[in-house]
Amino acid sequence: MKKFERMQGLVAPLDRANVDTDLIIPKQFLKSIKRTGFGPNLFDELRYLDEGYPGQDVSSRPLNPDFVLNQPRYRGAQVLLARRNFGCGSSREHAPWALDDYGFRVVIAPSFADIFYNNSFKNGILLITLDEATVDKLFRETEAEEGYRLDIDLEGQRVITPSGEAFAFEVDAFRKHCLLEGLDDIGLTLEQSGAIRDFESRHRQAHPWLFRDA
Amino acid sequence: MAGQTLYDKLWAQHLVTQRDDGSALIYIDRHLLHEVTSPQAFEGLRLAGRKPWRRDANLATPDHNVPTTLKERSAGNAGILDDVSRIQVETLDANCESFDIEEFRINDERQGIVHVVGPEQGATLPGMTVVCGDSHTATHGAFAALSHGIGTSEVEHVLATQCLIQQKMKNMQVRVEGKLGLGVTAKDIVLAVIGRIGTAGGTGYAIEFAGSAIRDLSMEGRMTICNMAIEAGARVGLVAVDDTTIEYLRGRPYAPTAEQWPVAVEAWRDLVSDADAVFDKVVELDAAAIEPQVTWGTSPEMVVNVSANVPDPAAVEDETVARGMSRALDYMGLTAGQKITDIQLDKVFIGSCTNSRIEDLREAAKVVKGRKVADNIELAMVVPGSGLVKRLAEAEGLDKIFIEAGFEWREPGCSMCLAMNADKLGAGERCASTSNRNFEGRQGYGGRTHLVSPAMAAAAAVEGHFVDVRQYDYDRADAMSA
Ligand code: SF4
Repeated sequence: MKKFERMQGLVAPLDRANVDTDLIIPKQFLKSIKRTGFGPNLFDELRYLDEGYPGQDVSSRPLNPDFVLNQPRYRGAQVLLARRNFGCGSSREHAPWALDDYGFRVVIAPSFADIFYNNSFKNGILLITLDEATVDKLFRETEAEEGYRLDIDLEGQRVITPSGEAFAFEVDAFRKHCLLEGLDDIGLTLEQSGAIRDFESRHRQAHPWLFRDA
Repeated sequence: MAGQTLYDKLWAQHLVTQRDDGSALIYIDRHLLHEVTSPQAFEGLRLAGRKPWRRDANLATPDHNVPTTLKERSAGNAGILDDVSRIQVETLDANCESFDIEEFRINDERQGIVHVVGPEQGATLPGMTVVCGDSHTATHGAFAALSHGIGTSEVEHVLATQCLIQQKMKNMQVRVEGKLGLGVTAKDIVLAVIGRIGTAGGTGYAIEFAGSAIRDLSMEGRMTICNMAIEAGARVGLVAVDDTTIEYLRGRPYAPTAEQWPVAVEAWRDLVSDADAVFDKVVELDAAAIEPQVTWGTSPEMVVNVSANVPDPAAVEDETVARGMSRALDYMGLTAGQKITDIQLDKVFIGSCTNSRIEDLREAAKVVKGRKVADNIELAMVVPGSGLVKRLAEAEGLDKIFIEAGFEWREPGCSMCLAMNADKLGAGERCASTSNRNFEGRQGYGGRTHLVSPAMAAAAAVEGHFVDVRQYDYDRADAMSA
């Protein structure tokens, strides 16, 4: 996993609650057996006016001029500003893969769905939960000011606006550590192989019917 | 000290290590796999030179991409006409073979939707932790198994370590007391719950469904409810163990052997919340007051009673909510104030991991028996959840009832629940569906989904529009039996 470093990211506002994973990346793109290449189909049904299919050259597809990410001022955005319950729906990790592939490193919203939250951190994407009023304010500022950037300081757990206003956010220590160091959590878990084996043998003794190879 | 909830007990029984930062390593007993969320995980293992930690904990079956017509199915994988879909299924086969993981392949009679297959085989047992790269893994919680959906990175993590890094959730109890009205089913209970608490109401919680109305349900009904816990935002749905649970499992292929059985049953009896357990949140519903439910919008929380009208965004104060409602009405092609029972349909889909088990098919068959699908319905289809459900239904003659009424009787798989295979809605087409998600485009680009129970879907197929199944004349005699 890549390390998360402090950044000044251009912000794009997606003003819509309950953005589900089908909206983030529609199911036809889930047929890929790779982890990359989902960026061009991020928000496919909102972004284009036609129906997309995997493996297609998207450059000739008609863009939806009303969709926020199609506006030139948001090109190159790295921070997505969203509304409550972002990422609800399925467990597809293709959703964070698509956000990442598109170039987003951070999503800010009043709340996130649990599985999506987990999946995003595993892919080096930082999700920041701020209260509704703050998110409202950031929406207003983003829309008002072209080129609006937020300073994202994970180490200090702060989001800093261009005017210097800072908002603190919570993130659990383990996730923060993994993100900052770019750690592979499988490797970390395997360091505890001994503890896992001990647990497993006790568990097998107490519940032998859970082990079919006995 | 207060007693423990069922969730607390399951958590404690699988805790390998607790870390200072609040995260914990949790041991996983059962890992179910399907073709969509596993290829990148196997690839990750391969690249890192790792092997599955415990092969017998894993069980795989393809379900999302498989065709459901007999002609295509009889050709096995070669019958999957879409190359990308076929490669995904072949990749699962190849990965299971090279990593020595048990798989029910496309034409194995035990193949089916992974959440139907696990319980049916007894591969889901009380007291287990069960995970799968699929959000509807919550289904297995009906067996008092701590079950939840995971992403692909976690699939790889479980394969490699037999563990997951988790944070403990909070406890919520949803208590449904009293008797359901005739024709009202588990699906209506869970839709009513989602209507009440919203699609984010359960975020961060493990929900235990309790109360006499839940105890009265069969295992099929309990699975329907836990299945949709995720639609209320909760990764975990649970129901305590009772005789219904134990009787369902007796004699299933992966259930404990005759020698182990009494010991296992004794251990399972403890899988209930203590009487003095404290929940962080309690939600109560009166079963008798629940009507058949119909969703009108593009989120499962956009749901109303069948006797109601399509709601009006102008009557809602919260601006974000009102805007979402207007957008949904627009997408769904509905007007505020329209009667739900006036909504005309184009297609009917009975299937998915929510409602494709034998009891669901029996319930739907009772409604359609001796009737015909309405002329305005272009396609009405029944897709059994597994090959074994299909065989049982055929032994009971349900297939004939459906076929005579004008339904298509299909081969098992996810089918039009998410339309990754050839079964999908066209743009603007309106469908009564027994599945779990009505998101934009979910059942096909531009498709319009209304979530309902199997009985409601069946009645809608016959009438061509929604009807209140309670006022429908059919033999409910043992409709609600376990
Ligand atoms: S039936 Fe639908 S919800 Fe269930 S696993 Fe298949 S696609 Fe997912």
